[in-house]
Amino acid sequence: MANNTQAGSPSLLKFWPWVVIPIVALILPQIFSSGHSINLLSHMGVAIIFALSYNMLLGNTGLLSFGHAVYYGLGAYVAMHVLRSINDAGGEGLPIELLPLVGASAGLGFGIIFGSVSTRKAGVIFAMITLGLGALVHSSSLMFADFFGGEAGLFGNRTQINSLFGIDYASSVSVYYLVVVWTLIAAILIYLLRKTPLGWMANAVRDNPERAQFVGYNPTMVRFIQFALSATFAGLAGGLFVITDEIVNDEVVGQLQSGAVLLGTYIGGIGYFIGPIVGASLVTILESSLSTYTEAWVLYFGLLFISIVMFAPMGLVGVVHQQYLAWKAGGWRGNGYIRIYLLAAALIGIFGLICVIELSYHYFRSWDPSAPFVLMGVTVDATSFLPWLASFCIAIIGFGLMIFHAKPILARLTDAKSDGGNA
Amino acid sequence: MLDIIAYSILNGVLYGMLLFMMSSGLTLIFGMMGVLNFAHASFYMLGAYFAYTVGLATGFWIALFLAPILVGVLGAGVERYGLRRVHQFGHVPELLFTFGLAYVIEELVALFWGTVPVPYRMPDILDFTVFTMAGLDYSAFKVFILGVSIFMFAGLWILLKKTRAGLIIQGSLSRPDMVSALGHNVPMVFTLVFAFGCALAGLGGVVGGIQFVTDPGMAFMMGPIVFVVVVLGGLGSVPGALIASLLIGILQTFFLSINFSLAGSIGTLGIESGGFFGTLWHMEATRLAPVLPYLLLVLTLIVRPRGILGKREA
Repeated sequence: MANNTQAGSPSLLKFWPWVVIPIVALILPQIFSSGHSINLLSHMGVAIIFALSYNMLLGNTGLLSFGHAVYYGLGAYVAMHVLRSINDAGGEGLPIELLPLVGASAGLGFGIIFGSVSTRKAGVIFAMITLGLGALVHSSSLMFADFFGGEAGLFGNRTQINSLFGIDYASSVSVYYLVVVWTLIAAILIYLLRKTPLGWMANAVRDNPERAQFVGYNPTMVRFIQFALSATFAGLAGGLFVITDEIVNDEVVGQLQSGAVLLGTYIGGIGYFIGPIVGASLVTILESSLSTYTEAWVLYFGLLFISIVMFAPMGLVGVVHQQYLAWKAGGWRGNGYIRIYLLAAALIGIFGLICVIELSYHYFRSWDPSAPFVLMGVTVDATSFLPWLASFCIAIIGFGLMIFHAKPILARLTDAKSDGGNA
Repeated sequence: MLDIIAYSILNGVLYGMLLFMMSSGLTLIFGMMGVLNFAHASFYMLGAYFAYTVGLATGFWIALFLAPILVGVLGAGVERYGLRRVHQFGHVPELLFTFGLAYVIEELVALFWGTVPVPYRMPDILDFTVFTMAGLDYSAFKVFILGVSIFMFAGLWILLKKTRAGLIIQGSLSRPDMVSALGHNVPMVFTLVFAFGCALAGLGGVVGGIQFVTDPGMAFMMGPIVFVVVVLGGLGSVPGALIASLLIGILQTFFLSINFSLAGSIGTLGIESGGFFGTLWHMEATRLAPVLPYLLLVLTLIVRPRGILGKREA
């Protein structure tokens, strides 16, 4: 998290991601032009806003929330109701481009209401209150069928509504560009908010609330404002979700949604602005593509999350950044091969583990375990002994080499050189 | 009417004691290590599944003892090789670790035992009706559950209050540094308490899996309610957990078994069944039951964060 509090050097070169990423985002639909991948890209945009808003709490203010989907979901529901009333009025009224603002204001409203009761304490109490509020809203979504649309959910129509620029949103590509614009706006705003005195005070409150109070700031107030702003952006993401999917049901306020944003943000890295962006994109891609390849994707997901928590609490971006810093400081000199060897051994171990998991899923889950199935390009029989032996051996050799051979060598080499940044 | 109330109380006490079997371990773990174990209900689930599988080979009575021990050993492994490693990063990663663990355990259970419920049944010797009240049977197994839970509470109380081990555990609850300075191996105590807490949850699963249903969703269903109990009772307080368990058990059973709505008992008073207050006014109590625990949780945390008998805030 040290990176978070570093004052950035005002160099124009530092702003290259702000130019490159939007250009990539604009080009992407030309490359992945199928309807499915365009939808996936739109969902990524929504997930990125949601994750960035979540990181305003977790990364910047140190507040761990288990119920952030409440603001996302309620924003989506309010936006959906507005969309439906516009549909009923024959499309007159608010233009579709501004619909996410409805979600944002709903998020702000509920953020103020729920934030006022939950931000008095940080830490575990805050986490528990958000968990309780999340469960409360989710379980009451089936009670108030008028607002939440019961189990079927609510539908809207994004084509029966005015557009500011006369764009027809029947095609998913134009929806995607709308998502890109909103994602960019939200990302810039969230980034700028980090640079305001409020953003710095949020970091101070995260690191040491008592000293922040001594300086003259009220930690509760700082938490509350951050919470309300974060809920606003979550609501914005919810409003966008209404446009991309045209349906909301009780799942959008559910605990699984809250868990998913937590997982994505943390996997990406909470100490970096770009962490949630990477994490949310990765999680969205994995969720949609991995689930078509393997039944075990939830397990992979959980294992990935646990290993990040245990071995790389800075997240994926943090790992890359640390290696980059070490490389720049010359920490790689003379041990670059060992680092690559370590990585290769780890990958071999992971490969073996994946083979074991896939074999287990085939053996325990399918109707006929002895039916041949394709594992990593090889057709094997899960009831025979050989594939199991091979998979276990690969996993054990890979992890064994990593832990008992590569790691000690690397440790010896890096210890010899003062503190050249460690893996 | 009186019959129904008595029967509801009996069922509520039963449900409450099951909740207590889970929450006592959780509250001990929290009070000692400051870790809110999200995977606690997963250990409850593992207890049920282990008892089912072991029971197929050895019968119920041996499984009743063996399954909690297995769960405890697993819990010790989780604490030793997972939590202790994460501990150095602070409390939030600890919470996240157990959060991820809950996902993984659920998936593994679904992998090995399938996503549909397993036919985990009570032993034949307990499969008879003890008495009938208001036309409803009260089975011997329910009495057995009550017996097990009361036995467990008594055992826990004696362990904590009357033995030297309990003295060290209580000391570590409030002043781990001082206990450590006196020459006790506090990390070892942590591991043992974590394992013990998991074993208690496993024991809850052994009987709870029969009373309810044994499927991979049972942890997700029970998890939040156990949190409510622990917070309401006061984090770290075992007697508080008992009171809160019984309170929530009885309250929820009551709400489920009586047919009551404000509009039905007081009158509609001209309030239409629409809008926020209208819907609430006409809401039947049975539909309020799932919301009730969370409402209690939020209210407790706002009004009295240390719960009924807790000595300190989280």
